[in-house]
Amino acid sequence: MLCDICKKNEATVHLTEVVNEDVSELHICQKCARAKGASMQQHFGIAELLSGLADLPVDMVSRKSHISIKCPGCGMSYDNFKKMGRFGCARCYDVFKRALYPLFKKIHGTSCHTGKKPLAPIAAKTNKPGVPDKPCIVKDKLKDLKAGLLDAIKAEEFEQAAVLRDKIKSYEHR
Amino acid sequence: MNIDNLINQTSEWLKGAGAESDIAISSRIRLARNIDGLTFVDWSDDKTKQQVIELSKEAVFSSSCMKDAFYIDMSVLSPLDKQFLIERHLISREHAIETERKAVFVGNGEIVSIMVNEEDHLRLQVMQSGIALYDAWDIMIKLEKDLERKIKFAFSDEWGYLTACPTNTGTGLRASVMMHLPAVVMTAQINGLIKAVSKLGLTVRGFFGEGTEAVGNFFQVSNQVTMGHGEAQTIDNLTRIIKQITAQERGSRDFLREKKRDVIEDKISRAYATLESAHIITSSETIDLLSLVRLGIGLGMVKGLNRGKLNDLFILIQPAHLQKLAGKELSPSERDIKRAELIRSSI
Repeated sequence: MLCDICKKNEATVHLTEVVNEDVSELHICQKCARAKGASMQQHFGIAELLSGLADLPVDMVSRKSHISIKCPGCGMSYDNFKKMGRFGCARCYDVFKRALYPLFKKIHGTSCHTGKKPLAPIAAKTNKPGVPDKPCIVKDKLKDLKAGLLDAIKAEEFEQAAVLRDKIKSYEHR
Repeated sequence: MNIDNLINQTSEWLKGAGAESDIAISSRIRLARNIDGLTFVDWSDDKTKQQVIELSKEAVFSSSCMKDAFYIDMSVLSPLDKQFLIERHLISREHAIETERKAVFVGNGEIVSIMVNEEDHLRLQVMQSGIALYDAWDIMIKLEKDLERKIKFAFSDEWGYLTACPTNTGTGLRASVMMHLPAVVMTAQINGLIKAVSKLGLTVRGFFGEGTEAVGNFFQVSNQVTMGHGEAQTIDNLTRIIKQITAQERGSRDFLREKKRDVIEDKISRAYATLESAHIITSSETIDLLSLVRLGIGLGMVKGLNRGKLNDLFILIQPAHLQKLAGKELSPSERDIKRAELIRSSI
């Protein structure tokens, strides 16, 4: 395959760019790749990407004390975490807590775990009957239930719709 | 059991069995876990890493899933052995770098492997043939439960399982399916498919080779996020989408068979003939040609070749496997000759 730019040399550098879900490919030779500038990094690691995402929220930046915050468990500073893109230990999660809500929202679209929990003893503590669901879980469940209700109405499954309606009510009144 | 015995067996996930395994070759579930109270691997001292190894040995060997497992100390392996484990998908590339106080457990049939002190203290992996994420998940739950009897994992009620990288926090689950999509690629639908799938929170990557390159039209489709979706929901979503992609590949194969028969038969026959007669062949050329022959089996244009055996070849023709088979180290040009020899005798 010839280089997309000079059309002379064999293309040895292959780039795929995704912009707003549009995929474009560029196949170029070493010479043109060099000419295209040093700005082009062949391997762009997760740490670089995360360091952009993990910028502190504005209200935290204005309070300098948070920036120099260090995890007492492992000695990791927030700046270090930003650079490495990795936590040093489980306690870092508590220490950097405020910055993590927006970070998880950017990465996962949410900052709320809805998956499984470990077995006892932690599970025993958190799965006690009568412990209310976290607000974000209630919100997600409501969203699912409302979507289900619409589907049931569309499909004229009114019995199912009535069950869902009651469930929605019970969640809304919590 | 030791590493050299593995060469004589076919990994369970390559057997070409299981639902839709002509297109969806294998399913993989991975969980990232850390031991509560211990510093994560990148920040650990040697003592802590050793502690992780000791704790994991005790827990893994007490699990009924890992009764016949064998333990491999990464630091004593030769570069060839490390490459061999990477090629069999038992360890990641990262796990083969700086191998002091790193280890891997390999279970019977290579269905389960557990990396110790990779990015997280434990990386549990279960592989199955075909679309079998639920089966893989069943095995995983059992394995994890066994381990939890001995190890308390780092967990927060709010954020789930705590991992070294925030992209894994939550479930720590990465589910993926390896797919062979030659017809989707030939009918120029792959970019559209990647675009659509990425909108659904999934990632598509080339399976062989590095980065976005997809040698032989093998792709790996996996979930992207680990928070906000439960494990069952993640697996269910991925399975549904994999089934749709499988149907799209099947539809495209029908199109090629009906509308482009001459062109496609020509390509496949030439690929087969090259493999049958080549005396020097590189691994990327081999994968491209084997991919066409594999498509040929699917289209009924290649007869008498077993798909499981062909799947096996994709792994056997890789550098470390060839050297293991030869019983000695080989230079790249010697490997190209050995590879051609192996293929001629196999197909």
